[in-house]
Amino acid sequence: MPDTSLNLNRLFSRGLLYLVLLTFAAYFLMPLLVMLFASFKDLSEIRAGNLVMPPLDPTLEPWRKAWSEACTGIECNGIKGYFWNSFVITIPAVILSSAIGAINGYVLSKWRFKGSELFFFCLLVGCFIPFQAVLLPMAQTLGWMGISNSVVGLILVHTIYGIPFTTLFYRNYYVGLPTELISAAKLDGAGFFTTFWRIVLPLSGPIIVVTLIWQFTNIWNDFLFGVIYSGPDSKPVTVALNNLVNTSTGVKEYNVDMAAAIIAALPTIIVYVVSGKYFLRGLMAGAVKG
Amino acid sequence: MNTKSLRAKSLDSPETGDSGFTERLQSWLPKLVLSPTILITLVFVYGFIIWSAVLSFTKSRLLPNYDFVGLANYEKLFAMDRWQVAWSNLIIFAVLFIGVAIVLGTLLAVFLDQKIRMEGAIRTIYLYPMALSLIVTGTAWKWILNPDIGIEKLMHDLGWTSFQFDWLINPDMSIYTVVIAAVWQASGFVMAMMLAGLRGVDGSIIQAAQLDGASMLKIYWRIILPIMRPIYFSAFIILSHLAIKSFDLVLALTAGGPGYSSELPATFMYQFTFSRSQIGVGTASAIITLMGFLAILVPYLYSEHRGTRHA
Repeated sequence: MPDTSLNLNRLFSRGLLYLVLLTFAAYFLMPLLVMLFASFKDLSEIRAGNLVMPPLDPTLEPWRKAWSEACTGIECNGIKGYFWNSFVITIPAVILSSAIGAINGYVLSKWRFKGSELFFFCLLVGCFIPFQAVLLPMAQTLGWMGISNSVVGLILVHTIYGIPFTTLFYRNYYVGLPTELISAAKLDGAGFFTTFWRIVLPLSGPIIVVTLIWQFTNIWNDFLFGVIYSGPDSKPVTVALNNLVNTSTGVKEYNVDMAAAIIAALPTIIVYVVSGKYFLRGLMAGAVKG
Repeated sequence: MNTKSLRAKSLDSPETGDSGFTERLQSWLPKLVLSPTILITLVFVYGFIIWSAVLSFTKSRLLPNYDFVGLANYEKLFAMDRWQVAWSNLIIFAVLFIGVAIVLGTLLAVFLDQKIRMEGAIRTIYLYPMALSLIVTGTAWKWILNPDIGIEKLMHDLGWTSFQFDWLINPDMSIYTVVIAAVWQASGFVMAMMLAGLRGVDGSIIQAAQLDGASMLKIYWRIILPIMRPIYFSAFIILSHLAIKSFDLVLALTAGGPGYSSELPATFMYQFTFSRSQIGVGTASAIITLMGFLAILVPYLYSEHRGTRHA
């Protein structure tokens, strides 16, 4: 009977579909699981076993060591100090760049003037230039300003090079807001800032969340600026992690490396798990419209 | 007083006496608000690029100086095997990474769009690597690809003793390990963008095509994917941006090695400028890289920008 063969066919293709999807889920999960397993094993178990074997005798020792004892170069205080450095750098830079981007996006979408489109284009190019081309002048400038090797310098750098992105996000989102809203507000006598505060900002919820997540993830995960512009006391956690993994004195403690890697990744993973839905919703709302 | 300013007066701010001033202020405000960003962009992006370009024509070594030597740094640069390796690596890496991530991301999105149970959970798993630092990704894959403790050992333990996977320490293959890790990181992101796009496609178009007897494969290939052109544009831009930033990944995964076999222009520039005290050569490499990217990116950005504006 044609009907059942069709059903069987359908069942088979559904099964295949799920198989492919779950295989890829395993592929994406594998590195995280492998890291988690390794971080709870002691060294002898790592040498004896293999990477997909769950820890037989779980221990928290690698985590403790990574947090407060492991060597990141000549210092051996773990990554805890650098973990907090990352927060001190990231939070102000995220807030500053997101706020400036919002008002920029508002101007570039609802208060266009002669040359504003050209400027937006110049800013867009600024998003995507290889940072190599500005690294050295930035280092010199930070030196002149007396903030090289400092947290303040890193906040400044992240804010400056975050603005093109945040502006792009808000601008694309605001382009979608009906222009009538703005003209109506103008008719009612609302000026530039009043319209922004009373009309535009209350409608910006999704794009604010998206921008905050994007900026937090990017700045927390930064390595390039961190490795070049930080001093011994202002290193972000990514730089400390890389130093820890590449410190070559003594026995290579893979379990400590893995624990440190997870600690460094934890804040962005938490942000992602808590607000992943917003991330996707925002993608649809703003960033996708080129 | 003409009628126009009278009207403006009554509309703008009835309580303010000097309406001419506030009106002018209102028209200047947008420019005023944008001006710090304009200034910052001019100085910290365009000014710094020019500054780097100037340095690339000088004798600068440990510290910048302004003794001009013409094109000497560029000549030196292009004579270096290390630079040739860095560039060809970037092309291999960018083409494979962007190509595979887009194809894989599209496939996963199309598969996930078939009314899958647990779609949310699967989506979350596919996308989470995007939240990780490339340094973390590099550290994880360095461990997995390490022949002594990673996949190779796993296969040996499972009884496949002839299995060999030494790309990480093989100079001919090391750049491909960077591709593997980068694709792992970014495919889920492309999937999420594509899925968002697929959900935005008007269902009636698909139904109409189905009524005409078109197969699902044909509908995707001929109708749905072409509609998503703007999303491919965004994905391409974001992926090329990631490719430029893959400096972190190379440093954490292979540190450019073995030797300089997995060097990229970004790691080359970093080495020469900040570790080897050859600022002249380092900035010259940065300028060449920049010109390469601009040659690809600007026409693309410009055409898309115009396209969306006139659409």
